[in-house]
This record gives sequence, C-alpha cells and structure tokens, in this order.
Amino acid sequence: MENLKFFSEKLERAILTLDRVEAESIFKKASLHGTPIEIASELVTSTLSRIGEAWEEGKLALSQVYMSSIICEELVEKLLPPQSPVRKSQPKMAIGVFEDYHLLGKRIVYSTLRASGFELMDLGGGLTANQLVEIVKKEEIKILLLSSLMLPSALHIKKLKPMLKDSDVKIIVGGAPFRFDRELWIEVEADAFGNDSSEALAIVTNMLEEA
Amino acid sequence: MTTTMTPMERVLTTLSHKEPDRVPMFLLLTMHGAKELSLSIKDYFSKGENVAEGQIRLQKKYQSDCYYSFFYAPIEIEAFGGKVIYIEDGPPNAAEPFISDIEKILTVQPPKISDSKKLLEVLKATEILKQEAKSDIPIIGVVMSPFSLPVMQLGFEKYLHIMHFRRDLFDHLMRVNEEFCVEWANAQLEAGATAICYFDPVSSPTIIPREMYLETGFQIAKRTISRIKGPTATHFASGNCLPIADLIPQTGTAVIGVSKFEDIIKLKQEFKNKLTLLGNLNAIEMRRWTADYAKKMVIELIRNAAPGGGFILAENHGEIPFQVSDETLLAISDAVRTFGRYPINLE
Repeated sequence: MENLKFFSEKLERAILTLDRVEAESIFKKASLHGTPIEIASELVTSTLSRIGEAWEEGKLALSQVYMSSIICEELVEKLLPPQSPVRKSQPKMAIGVFEDYHLLGKRIVYSTLRASGFELMDLGGGLTANQLVEIVKKEEIKILLLSSLMLPSALHIKKLKPMLKDSDVKIIVGGAPFRFDRELWIEVEADAFGNDSSEALAIVTNMLEEA
Repeated sequence: MTTTMTPMERVLTTLSHKEPDRVPMFLLLTMHGAKELSLSIKDYFSKGENVAEGQIRLQKKYQSDCYYSFFYAPIEIEAFGGKVIYIEDGPPNAAEPFISDIEKILTVQPPKISDSKKLLEVLKATEILKQEAKSDIPIIGVVMSPFSLPVMQLGFEKYLHIMHFRRDLFDHLMRVNEEFCVEWANAQLEAGATAICYFDPVSSPTIIPREMYLETGFQIAKRTISRIKGPTATHFASGNCLPIADLIPQTGTAVIGVSKFEDIIKLKQEFKNKLTLLGNLNAIEMRRWTADYAKKMVIELIRNAAPGGGFILAENHGEIPFQVSDETLLAISDAVRTFGRYPINLE
C-alpha cells in the first residue's frame, strides 16, 4: 500500500490540472503495485478525500472537486467496469437529489464513490418522498444518500423516516442547508450527514464495515 | 442629540465609509410578504402590486433600511422560456434546465423584457415602491450575473463542461446573458430601483478557483457592471470571497455580500475603505434562533463589523428563508436599533 500512496500526490496534481493523459499514466504505473480494487479504494480514495477536505478548508473550489471526481471515475471505470464482481455493491446503495434539480453535489459524491470502487444507483433529481419509498422498497436499498440545495427540500426529508419505518435503510444527507445548520440532519431524522464528498465516502465506508 | 437619518441617508453614509446615526439593516425578505397579505407564495408573486404592498408592510414592521424588489431567482429563466416550480413553503425553483443540448446554445438569444409578463410585474412593483419611498428609502433590484445564470439555463455539470472545454459556446452564452443582464438591470433602475444586487455565486472561490475567475467571471463582471447605470452590490449567495478580495473592487461594485463561513474581522480589514460589507448572519440557521440568540448574534456582528461604517447588517444568503419567524426578525430589528447606534460602544 505504501507504494500506492507514493502515487497519490502525483495523481492529485494531474487531476487538479485536468491532465487526463498524465493521470492515466499514473494509473498504469500504479497497476504494477496493486490490484484494481486497491487502486480504487486506496490510491483514489486517499487522493479524492484530500481534495474534498481542501475544498472544505477553502483551499480548492467545487469545480476542481467535480472535475477531479469525474476524471477518477472514468479512469477507474476502465479498471473496474460497473459489473465487476470486485466492486463494492452490497449492501445496495442509491443516491439522488430530493425535490430540487441542483445536481452537482450529488454527481460529485456519486463519482467519488464509484471512483473509490463502490457501485450505486443514481436516482437523479426532483425526487419525491413517494418515489423514494417505492424505490427503496423495490430495490431493497440499504444506504440512501440524499442531497438538497434548497432549505425547504432539506426540511421535507423528515417526511421520509416514518414512511420508511418498515425498512432498515440508512439515510445519509448532504448539501448546503446541512452545512449551514449543523443540527438540521438530526432534525430531519437522517442517520448521518456528510459535509463534503470525502465525509460521505468515510460514512459509507464505515456503514459497510459495520453491516 | 443625534439627528435620526432616513434609511437613504444612513445607507449612503455607510457606503462612503463613514458612521451614520446607526448601523443600517437590510432584512432581505421576499416570501414573508405573502404571509403579510395572507396569500400563497405563487399568488403573491403573480402581481407586482402584491409584492409592492408586501414590501411596504414588511418595511414598516421591521424598519429595514431598504425595499427589496426581488421576486425569485428563476424569474429570468422564465423570460428565456424556462419553467419554474412553485412550492408552498419556499422560493420558486428552476425546473429542469431548458437547454438540454449544449450545441443549441448558439441559437439562444436575449429575451426582450417587454415580452416577459413576470419581469414587467417586477418593474410594476418597483414603480409602486418608488412612489412610496420617494428619496427616503433605497430600493434594491436584483439581477443574476451573466456568469451565474447558466447554472439554471443548462445545469451545473454542462456549464462546467463548456467553461472548461467549449469556450465557443461559453463565449456566445456570455454575450447573450450580458446583453440581457444589462438591459434588465437598467430597466429596474429606470423604474425606480436605487441600486442593483448582482448575484454571482459561481464567481465565488467556493465554486471556481481564482485563476478561472480571472479569465471568466471577473472580466464579465467588469464589462457588465460598467454598463449598469447605477450602483451595484455583488453577492455570492453565501460563497466565500477572501481569495479574490483584491479583484472584486476592480469590477466597479460598491458592496460585497459576505459569507458566514469567512471571518468578519478579516473581511472588514480586507475591504476597508474599498467596499461596504453586507452580511453575515447565518440565514439558514436563523430558523431555529430564539429572540435572545438573535440579539446575541446581532451584538457580536455589530461589535466586529460596524465601527467606521462601510457595513450593512444583513444575512449571508441574499434571501431570508420563509421559515424564519416574525419574533426572530423583530428581535434582530430591535437589537440593531438598540445596539447599533454610533459611536459603537459594546465593550
């Protein structure tokens, strides 16, 4: 693993400067030192986590976090296609934007998780509580990640918990209202709140380890 | 005995980086007007007369130092032919972006203000407010910056794509949006607005890096603001601004809306005698505040940001959420009037 960590800073530089060719070359070199899932869950996870934390500290911009996660997702896709048995797809996970259409945050978390070797359903945006309940039950979703940019949408997440009382799904929330009000996730009865993509990644990893 | 200033005198004094009679306060209320008139949010925003009446009542109730003629963010998208979704307890929201294929950007043209019923209602509200305000109360109009409007026009992902990889499409869209923005800002000024709030969240370093801002949002703001025939306030809608603090004054703006996530003391030092600060109470958290907590927040903010002028107390988002109670708003207003008198002495 030490060998893979060696590539992390180089990968960070490459993806922050949008140098896909260099990033791909780093992936190829890293492949000599680890399996595809190790590259995803060690090299990419640590690199994207650092980038997410740097955004939280005001050192990087959201556009950089987005572009980094997209590049890594594309490169990992080549090593680990969606149906790859080594992708971490159980228990089943899904992600979506509740009630509004501000999709960027959701896309960043989705790409970060996929680039880290997870497989999850992308439910899109403008989701209603009824739609979500139906999907959770039909697909037997165990981890549901929900993003909201608008305060009313974030507040309406509270409707979900009683509607899902027969399910053991865990709800992880994120988005601007939760960042500005650190007690909001508790108020809407979510199981966890991720301040940024790196926190979402850490929460999902912990939940899977505990499952 | 200190003479009581009108809101206009108070604001103009602080804009010149001098101390007025007390700290000016902009309670940027939009949807609360619907409550005052016992209307749904949708019905309230359907007529300029409603919004004008709502603003007049809210200003009397809370003694805010401005009228805010802003309806809702996607009103400009409606002018471009996009759709808006109304909800019962929040601001009307943009539906799915109306540009689904980025290649169609080249066919987009600036809409005419006279063709948009909704924009005409904003102008009607502004004209009514001007009759009421005369020269005593500033009226703050709003435009979305040409650089930030595309988030609602084509969605954030596609917008970041053309910003990074398709400058031909980006440049065309900016030309269209700049024309529209300038015309829309100047129409509001002609209708009676005193100043224009230039909402530009995408330019915030929270969203794009400084280098990208220098190439894009900065140039666009300089070009656009120079053509707006009145003073402007730049607002990043709770995004950060310190990493570009040296650049923002060069855009020609007079005021900067500042985020709760940045240190108000540092902001005050950075913009001293350059820009007036507008902010930075936490609008999202405000929903849970008690009257005592609101008072505490106001006192702390006044202590750190008010001395010397160049400061308007407001929240950090540009719109107070519908869920914030009248009691909290009254507590904020009372605290500003009690503890915001110059010279500030809160030790």
